Amino acid sequence: MKEPATSAALALGDDALVLSHRLGEWAGHAPVLEEEVALANIALDLLGQARTLLSLAGDEDELAFLREERQFRNVQLVEQPNGDFAHTIVRQLYFSLYQQSLYGQLAAGDSPFVPLAAKAVKEVTYHRDHAEHWILRLGDGTAESHARAQTALDALWRFTGELFQPVEGLPVDFDALRDGWLAEVTAVVGRATLTLPDGPRSGAWTAGAGRQGIHTESFGRMLAEMQHLHRSHPGATW
Amino acid sequence: MTTTAPEAGRLEAVFDAAVAADERIEPRDWMPDAYRATLVRQIAQHAHSEIIGMQPEANWITRAPSLRRKAILMAKVQDEAGHGLYLYSAAETLGTSRDELLDKLHAGRQRYSSIFNYPTLTWADVGAIGWLVDGAAITNQVPLCRCSYGPYARAMIRICKEESFHQRQGYELLLALSRGTEAQHAMAQDAVDRWWWPSLMMFGPPDDESSHSAQSMAWKIKRHSNDELRQRFVDICVPQAASLGLTLPDPDLRWNEERGHHDFGPIDWDEFHEVLRGNGPCNDQRISRRRQAHEEGAWVREAAAAYAAKHGEAKA
Repeated sequence: MKEPATSAALALGDDALVLSHRLGEWAGHAPVLEEEVALANIALDLLGQARTLLSLAGDEDELAFLREERQFRNVQLVEQPNGDFAHTIVRQLYFSLYQQSLYGQLAAGDSPFVPLAAKAVKEVTYHRDHAEHWILRLGDGTAESHARAQTALDALWRFTGELFQPVEGLPVDFDALRDGWLAEVTAVVGRATLTLPDGPRSGAWTAGAGRQGIHTESFGRMLAEMQHLHRSHPGATW
Repeated sequence: MTTTAPEAGRLEAVFDAAVAADERIEPRDWMPDAYRATLVRQIAQHAHSEIIGMQPEANWITRAPSLRRKAILMAKVQDEAGHGLYLYSAAETLGTSRDELLDKLHAGRQRYSSIFNYPTLTWADVGAIGWLVDGAAITNQVPLCRCSYGPYARAMIRICKEESFHQRQGYELLLALSRGTEAQHAMAQDAVDRWWWPSLMMFGPPDDESSHSAQSMAWKIKRHSNDELRQRFVDICVPQAASLGLTLPDPDLRWNEERGHHDFGPIDWDEFHEVLRGNGPCNDQRISRRRQAHEEGAWVREAAAAYAAKHGEAKA
């Protein structure tokens, strides 16, 4: 692949890899068995996307296990710790809506990402559906679930601006993506009887540099766990 | 519902004839109370084992050493949650509920397989669990596909297909380690050394100490005795260990020409009983993790129920 396409594959691949890992941390902790299945299912879809994308950029295992945090290109949203179930659902809602529009555009275009995007958009539609159903249940459920969902929407809001920074090598209209995303997230959050924060979604002091390899503090610890076994046996095959 | 004595006798005779003819007993059929209670106990224990069994493997999801292995492990743990769901559904056909069974698990009033009280200390343990633990489970479970209770038998057919796949993956994981670097080979051998005996204990106490066996065999819930299944498992594993290039940690293990089976050394039943009594390495950890997930998830389940009540949606 050409250089810009390679860096675009890394950006999207890292998003999927890191979010998949976070969802994998839920295994055995979910609030109901059905959610054990659903969260693992979403994690697996994302891991599949990550493997395809990283393989477009190089060797999937070298890229996943032998880069340090400054070399990862994922947005900061996906590396945020799981928090409670509401945080996980809001992170998934913000990200799935983004991914669905992004892959929708890519699938309709003409780039090396068309085959991946055509497959991924179907998976992401399911992820979005899952997140939407849960935001409705949490927002319009009990007073406690409402408060937790609102806290999560507020806490993760600052990580959403970064989603719409243009990525070199990705033939995507990011302005249209942002406008569509904002309309959709506003609609579903409203139906859930919740409110979106007013503040900025990005800016000099807010999150926004994941694509440049600037991450939040918990990310290094996540990578330490993910990579330690692979790194402990250099050159081994598994 | 009260039944007159002659009517009860007739129902029992119909039930006995159906079992004798290898017909399936279905949820609406009459069945002896003790048959129902035995099945609830066994299916619940089986379901709980799937759910608790997610923990030792999930312990390695975030550390899997390649993306391929990580995907396989995630899929496996997801399958186990699915198996738990099938089995709770099968138990519910007998007039209990998943909530009730989970409460009993959390209160320590129902058991799960003793094997899941052992820790997964290295990556190779994931392979040893696949090969040995799933292998033992399959040896136990394949005959259950012909169990006299229809919903359980049908759940087992689906479960055994997936379990066989997991077992092959575990074997293949160990093979990769065994043929890998010296450190990887040692890791595989160490895991097999730690999991072998606990796997043999999965078949339950010896036949002369197994309290439920005779009745379960008469009802065709069980088809073979604990010791028969354990012997079958040992005979299957010995050649597999050889082709893996690994040894089994039993100096008494050898082929007995006369019996046509492998002889093997004595099992440490004291350890088995200690683990069953709650004194295994991870009993407390496993059950408190399960309780914690359940308690921390309470507000989520309450939210789903409140939403469903407001919107007439089926309960999530």
